[in-house]
Amino acid sequence: MTVPVAPRHDETFVLNVGPQHPATHGVLRVKMTMDGEYIVKAEPVLGYIHRMHEKLAEAGSYAQFMPNTARMDYLHALAFNHGWALAVEKAAGIEVPERAEYIRVITVELNRIASHLLWWAAFLLDLGGFTPLLYAFDDREQIIDLLERITGSRLTYCYMRFGGVYNDIDDEFITGTRAFIKRLRSRWQRMYHDLVTGNIILIKRIKDIGFISQEQCRRYGATGPVARGSGINYDVRKNEAYSVYSEFDFDIPVYNECDSMARYMVRMDEVEQSLRIIEQALDKLPEGPVMAKVPKVLKPEAGYYYSAVETARGALGHRLVCTGDKNPYKLKLRSPTFCNLSLFGEVAEGMLLADALAFMGSLDLVIPEIDR
Amino acid sequence: METSIWRALLYLVGIMAFAGVNAAWLGWCERKGAARIQRRTGPMEAGYQGLLQPLCDGAKLLSKQLLVPQGVDGILFRVAPVLAMIPAITSMVVIPFSENVGARNMELSVLLLFALASIGMIAILLGGWASGNKYAIISGARSVSQNLAYEIPMLVTVITVVMISGSMNLRDIALDQQGGFWHWNIFRLENGHFVTMWISFLIFFICSVAETNRAPFDMAEAESELVAGFMTEYGSMGFGLFMMGEYLNIVVGACLTATLFLGGWDGPFGMTSGIWWFLIKIYILIFTFIWIRWTFPRVQIYRLLNLSWKILIPFSMANLLITAALIKVF
Amino acid sequence: MSGYWSEIITGGKSLVTGMMITAREFFKPVVTEQYPWEVPTMTPKFRGHIELIGNEETGAPNCIACGMCQRACPSGCITLSSKKNENGKGKVLTSYVLDFTKCSLCGSCVESCNFNALRYSMVYNLASFDKNDFIIDLMKRLEDQNICKR
Repeated sequence: MTVPVAPRHDETFVLNVGPQHPATHGVLRVKMTMDGEYIVKAEPVLGYIHRMHEKLAEAGSYAQFMPNTARMDYLHALAFNHGWALAVEKAAGIEVPERAEYIRVITVELNRIASHLLWWAAFLLDLGGFTPLLYAFDDREQIIDLLERITGSRLTYCYMRFGGVYNDIDDEFITGTRAFIKRLRSRWQRMYHDLVTGNIILIKRIKDIGFISQEQCRRYGATGPVARGSGINYDVRKNEAYSVYSEFDFDIPVYNECDSMARYMVRMDEVEQSLRIIEQALDKLPEGPVMAKVPKVLKPEAGYYYSAVETARGALGHRLVCTGDKNPYKLKLRSPTFCNLSLFGEVAEGMLLADALAFMGSLDLVIPEIDR
Repeated sequence: METSIWRALLYLVGIMAFAGVNAAWLGWCERKGAARIQRRTGPMEAGYQGLLQPLCDGAKLLSKQLLVPQGVDGILFRVAPVLAMIPAITSMVVIPFSENVGARNMELSVLLLFALASIGMIAILLGGWASGNKYAIISGARSVSQNLAYEIPMLVTVITVVMISGSMNLRDIALDQQGGFWHWNIFRLENGHFVTMWISFLIFFICSVAETNRAPFDMAEAESELVAGFMTEYGSMGFGLFMMGEYLNIVVGACLTATLFLGGWDGPFGMTSGIWWFLIKIYILIFTFIWIRWTFPRVQIYRLLNLSWKILIPFSMANLLITAALIKVF
Repeated sequence: MSGYWSEIITGGKSLVTGMMITAREFFKPVVTEQYPWEVPTMTPKFRGHIELIGNEETGAPNCIACGMCQRACPSGCITLSSKKNENGKGKVLTSYVLDFTKCSLCGSCVESCNFNALRYSMVYNLASFDKNDFIIDLMKRLEDQNICKR
């Protein structure tokens, strides 16, 4: 007589999401132990695009590392440019002319908007909505055209220099930027909020999904919109104001819901705040040089230096060890997405696959920046 | 209606041609429609406005190798795409395109159509199962639960229509709605059916979007979650057949909606009725399918089931009762 | 229960709003560029791969082969060689090869040049099946440009 086998509830299978998967936006691999469509355990596997940027920094001179910074977070390349420039300027004690500081802020904020727009587009793509992607790209294209005019490149900028910026901005850029601000504001409500934010399907998909508590944020060192979506009011631009950010009047959007919708709203509000910063910076833009007198070969004094900037994804820290030589002794990058991703495994436990991928989208991952 | 071999042959060729042309060029319509919504141009290179693109795609798919991966269930893997196509084409046999154009006038044609529609779901399940791919299996399971959930409200709304017309013959249902749009089931003045029938129409339309696995209900395909779902392991014409099956299902869904609710071949203001009205109606419905797909994000699987069990089924049941009461009272 | 009804109403309204927006976009003109038929105009500061600047009159390269660009390059893309100038002082450039496969277009070479000998080209559509096509002989490129100018 055959005894019927009782169904085993511990029967799981392993699903490899990635390294080639449409939702991971790059070469992230998540090893998921699944029970049906439920995730029992999710384990991000990193390193598929590791390019040893930190080691490369030690190999060359300070200036030679500048193009590498843009290759880490290619979506907010100018903030990475800015971060490296700030770190070295701090080490070498270089004063930056005021006009250059303003130009840096304008370009970084434009780039931040571009980054958020691309995140928005990619997030909607993760949720299966294809059309918003093209609308966001239409707006992002305007920013890229503007930045191309002054930086010469469209994505991986190498625009900042120690002691200033590479090119001055011209009137055409200023009028173009003002026109862009007007254009984005006129489209903002209809093309972004009416079409997507208010959509019942989207609300149902991301509201109350992917709960990250404040405690978890602190434990994993999450920063940026991920932390601000969990009610942590921390933004390097405000809390440890660098460059000329303290001169502008802008708010840090904070939401207390801790879910994917909160992170979504933080980013959407940040775009509006960035527009405000750009507007003020254009109004206040001083005259003057855009480059300080800087020696060709930099040899900062020996010591430890740390500086942080706020990228679109969170706080980026540069820990720089100098020995007085013409190349850095050691550079440690504290990249925001690495910490934000490390949350994923814990939060995704017990989630459905589709929810987990929507949650992953709300973290705004840029893989080359995680692996560096 | 006598059945001669010529008539059968004529309709066989006609239906195959109609199905083939639709399956191929709806892909073009979809791409053009999506492109216009997204303010792109879509295919432009092959022929005028890319009109020859479907032929190029077909040639490409046909010339590729049909790859059967190791460890799949060989027979089921090959049968599944064919099974996706056949019910969709067979359904066309009973669809009345106009009063005199229709391959077979059958007493229980509504029943036959829904029986065939269920086989389409089995094709997805088989394809997913036979692939032996984890994504494909998840997709197959999803599609079964989705189709089961949406068949209930769909059938309940069809019962309301059948009650009004008193027939399960699609041709009779269409004939019952002749004589201007106020006779159509959706706006039917007689007995005051218009009060609830537009809701039935909406329920039926939503269900037919879900039944054809179209976005926002494309749980089975869900490319950002399941890569390509049940089609993950399919290439060349296996994939092509699934795609054609999907488009044909849309055509069948649109034909059914037009026949059951929009008066079939009837002109809206008592105008000369004919097959062109039927075609206009189904292409407007098909455009709506495309329009919906390119507007909304995908729903989550349990929200999809919630929508069916918590909203569509109660509403369709209520409509059924109200319709029955209206028929009884008047 | 009131939540149930209000959700159906607001949800339905949001879906209709979305469809109206996409419908409006459907009739608006196309914003994309039809690439091979329409080519973008490059901005003056566009960074293509580098090229040598020739003397206005003679067409000979301005480069004096000091090698600053070679040293400034983070990736070692530039190889140049020179010989002694026979009728004058200094050196004459004999070859200048750019390995574009390694170049990241940072512009360090152009900035390091004090003799107005390097600039960015406007070339953007670089695609090839052969890796060797990206090892560019800039001396030859300059000569070709000089021929075109004449």
